[in-house]
Amino acid sequence: MEWIFKPWPWYIGGPMIALILFLLLFFGKSFGMSSNLRTLCTLCGAGRNSDFFKFDWKTQQWNLLVAVGAIIGGWIAMHFLSSETAVLLNEDTVAQLHQLNIKSAGKAYLPEELFGLDALLKPKIVASLALGGFLVGFGARYAGGCTSGHAISGLSNLQLVSLYAVIGFFIGGLIMNHFLLPYIL
Amino acid sequence: MFKSEAASWFRIYEMFQFKSFHMYGIIGSALAIGVVMTQLIKRYKIKSAFGETIVIPDKTKSFYRYSLGGIVFGLGWGLSGACPGPIFTLLGAGFLPIIVVLVFAVIGTWVYGMLMDKLPH
Repeated sequence: MEWIFKPWPWYIGGPMIALILFLLLFFGKSFGMSSNLRTLCTLCGAGRNSDFFKFDWKTQQWNLLVAVGAIIGGWIAMHFLSSETAVLLNEDTVAQLHQLNIKSAGKAYLPEELFGLDALLKPKIVASLALGGFLVGFGARYAGGCTSGHAISGLSNLQLVSLYAVIGFFIGGLIMNHFLLPYIL
Repeated sequence: MFKSEAASWFRIYEMFQFKSFHMYGIIGSALAIGVVMTQLIKRYKIKSAFGETIVIPDKTKSFYRYSLGGIVFGLGWGLSGACPGPIFTLLGAGFLPIIVVLVFAVIGTWVYGMLMDKLPH
């Protein structure tokens, strides 16, 4: 049972995601986390200015509950189920990140430089996090889904358009990773 | 999300560098099971917990919204290292700066809603 407290291998994580998909389908729902971002907009009153946000948010309560579950899950995982959280990366990746001034590579779960509390004091870092978040939110709504909605649910349903979305995700990710991050970091 | 490290910025970085199978293993195995599961549900018209046949609707056919939206999302994913699911997970795990990511993800969603009529779909 020791393995529970270490990082989990992909063959545990992947099937667990499939389990979530199953549970949601079994209860007549769907697996798509980015919809919650839209619901949050509506909860903040966005429906006043735009028809897109004018819907009864109560029909999406179940999905908000999934998000709350994810929050609780993260809390439990971090505080009760982890004896070590450092992500053991490929050596080349660690070296690459060191060159980009991310020295916490290989030693932490998230880069201290971006997600540590003092990161909030650095405008350039806060701007990067803000831009990243903005692109995720904008892109997910434009594409009508994120990795859960398209890469998992959509592709499982053999939807060709989800393939377009996933290819898009990868193109965007590769451009950012290989061409833009070195300038931003 | 947390224990499998799918919520780790480092793993996403590594994934786009193609330096590890880990993330591909997670998505791939989830998909392998997901495809079989979804097709079985559709073929045998499996009923939900409430007794109704599970309906998994097709997505509207189009090209630009999925490709362009996808690319924008991917840029954000590569920068923040997080998709919507992990954003909530990391919040629970206590990485407070993720709040910035979440707030701007909501803002980004809102801006899309305001601009959508002017974008190619």
